[in-house]
Amino acid sequence: MATAVRKTLVKLSVGAVVMFSFAMFVMPPLYTLFCEVTGIGGKTGGRYEAAVAGIDESRTVRVQFVTTNNAEMPWEFAPSVHEVRVHPGEPTPVTFWAHNTTGIDMVGQAIPNVAPFNAAPYFHKTECFCFNNQPLAAGEKADLPLVFIVDPDLPRAVKTITLSYTMFDITGRQGGEPVATTN
Amino acid sequence: MAHGPAKGISRWLFTTNHKDIGTLYLWFSFAMFFLGGFFAMVIRAELFAPGMQLVDPNFFNQMTTMHGLVMVFGAIMPAFVGLANWMIPLQIGAPDMALPRMNNLSFWILPCAFIILASTLFMEGGAPNFGWTFYAPLSTTYAPASVNYFIFAIHIMGVSSIMGSINIIATVLNMRAPGMTLMKMPMFAWTWLITGFLLVAVMPVLAGAVTMMLMDINFGTSFFDAAGGGDPVLFQHVFWFFGHPEVYIIILPAFGVISAIIPTFSRKPLFGYSSMVYATAAIAFLSFIVWAHHMFTVGMPIAGELYFMYATMLIAVPTGVKVFNWVTTMFRGSISLETPMLFAIAFVILFTIGGFTGVMLSLAPADIQYHDTYFVVAHFHYVMVAGAVFSGTGAVYYWLPKWCGRMYNEALGKVQFWLAFIGFNIAFFPQHFLGLAGMPRRYADYSLQFADWNMVSSVGAFMYGAAQVLFLYNVLSTVIAGRKVTEPKTWEGAEGLEWTVPTPAPYHTFTTPPEVK
Repeated sequence: MATAVRKTLVKLSVGAVVMFSFAMFVMPPLYTLFCEVTGIGGKTGGRYEAAVAGIDESRTVRVQFVTTNNAEMPWEFAPSVHEVRVHPGEPTPVTFWAHNTTGIDMVGQAIPNVAPFNAAPYFHKTECFCFNNQPLAAGEKADLPLVFIVDPDLPRAVKTITLSYTMFDITGRQGGEPVATTN
Repeated sequence: MAHGPAKGISRWLFTTNHKDIGTLYLWFSFAMFFLGGFFAMVIRAELFAPGMQLVDPNFFNQMTTMHGLVMVFGAIMPAFVGLANWMIPLQIGAPDMALPRMNNLSFWILPCAFIILASTLFMEGGAPNFGWTFYAPLSTTYAPASVNYFIFAIHIMGVSSIMGSINIIATVLNMRAPGMTLMKMPMFAWTWLITGFLLVAVMPVLAGAVTMMLMDINFGTSFFDAAGGGDPVLFQHVFWFFGHPEVYIIILPAFGVISAIIPTFSRKPLFGYSSMVYATAAIAFLSFIVWAHHMFTVGMPIAGELYFMYATMLIAVPTGVKVFNWVTTMFRGSISLETPMLFAIAFVILFTIGGFTGVMLSLAPADIQYHDTYFVVAHFHYVMVAGAVFSGTGAVYYWLPKWCGRMYNEALGKVQFWLAFIGFNIAFFPQHFLGLAGMPRRYADYSLQFADWNMVSSVGAFMYGAAQVLFLYNVLSTVIAGRKVTEPKTWEGAEGLEWTVPTPAPYHTFTTPPEVK
């Protein structure tokens, strides 16, 4: 009976360790992957490399830009235009601008989010300031470029896409390395 | 061979006896029940009338958080582990638990965890104030400094529960008396076997969630921090992946207790035993695949909402099987209404109400309206209090004569039952109305239109609290000076091995395994 008990003990202990590892090391990457594939959570993909599949002149999509500062972030951060109308498939350049109003050198990181979420997989960025962090010296201003393409396969029900950026203060975090790889 | 317990405090500190450890668990959970109950009284006193009366909003939030944590992890879970320690070896004819020394350890680290948790109340910045569900970033970026103590306490509780459940599984699987096949086991042993597996599967996930919090707070990771590429919604997924099975961890052993009490006082065997076993297993399985019904408002795709909605509604089927089996057990039974039976019948009625409101909440479109209102508070108190606590109270009255060889005061037990039953319903039924009218949870104050029902609810809560004082008095007076009973069968209708040993149960039982036919 003692060996049977020991077997049960070992099996269940291994089970507990496996579940802990599952929660710590499998669930977060799995969730990120799931969100990237489905667009749930409004996460957008990384740099878009695919060829443009032709412009769909038959419809126009409104793309709105929203910016927010996270928590105590003191920068001024805004889009240069608040809304553009685009045909799906056409690469559209827009700019945002940021101003470090403080007297210290800082590093910011903009995190994008797309609403509605079912538009997220169809919103491609060929160039985006959010792929890297933005170091701004004290008092420095900068134009932040973005080039995006709305995929022609965008569900027809989507007439308006809202792209929001939240600017986070990452000064002093991880040596200013780019922290986000999937934005 | 047979030797008695050691003398003095060392009996309790070093004991490996399942009955001693069961007693320790039960008294500990009783103490935590009163601590958590005291927090609840502070909450209801503050909410007695609109406006700020007794405590400031931050302290109010500390009270709701600590009330939830202490009741779930300190009162209800240890109570059922205590019952398992006492009763499972007696019910399956085992001399003790399979891993007695681990049993001692798993109990004694538990008070340490709660001393750490309770000590945060006296720290600068106060106790955790982010709700018992501790959603990030409220519990990371915006948490009080004491959050690290909270995380450590959760880790210890998790280790304790995992060890306790491994012990119970090992006992049930390996220590059954000859002839005691799995399908002959009492339902309480069955429900605990399944609960044990749930605990081993999800307590590590909770430990993972708090570890990720710890790393986000102290070591610069970004699991739940969007600034570093993380996502706060991930926290909710991880938490509820633990949290939903957790509610079944709480209620399944309660089902087992009810399945023991109702046949005894109906003088009929349990109706549909095997369907009870399968229903329990089905509930346990479903509990793993419905977690996101707690998160309908985070912005899920419609397909996700529909899946989690239908999967959740499916749980009503095995739960319904159980309720109908209990009712059918009572049908045409020779019923007598002793205190344990009163609690069991109240359990069936009130748990069913809580189940119905659960089905209402499972409807995604309705849930978006009910989310984070007092309707949810009413729902889970119907299943947690009228479910788990009523069943635990019934279990104490049912087995107390076996434990201490003394009979409790039946009249006092009935007074306590009616006070608790009426007080509970006055406290929590109006919270359905408050929630439907839009009163949100977790605020120290409310709009004037909610005033009347809140006052009613507080009066009921105080009544319910008073009933628990009667409970404590009844248990204490029974243990110290109750009428002595010696017949092995306290209840004439009771079946099972636990009623074949002498009363009170001797320190060592089944040193030679009984023969089960």
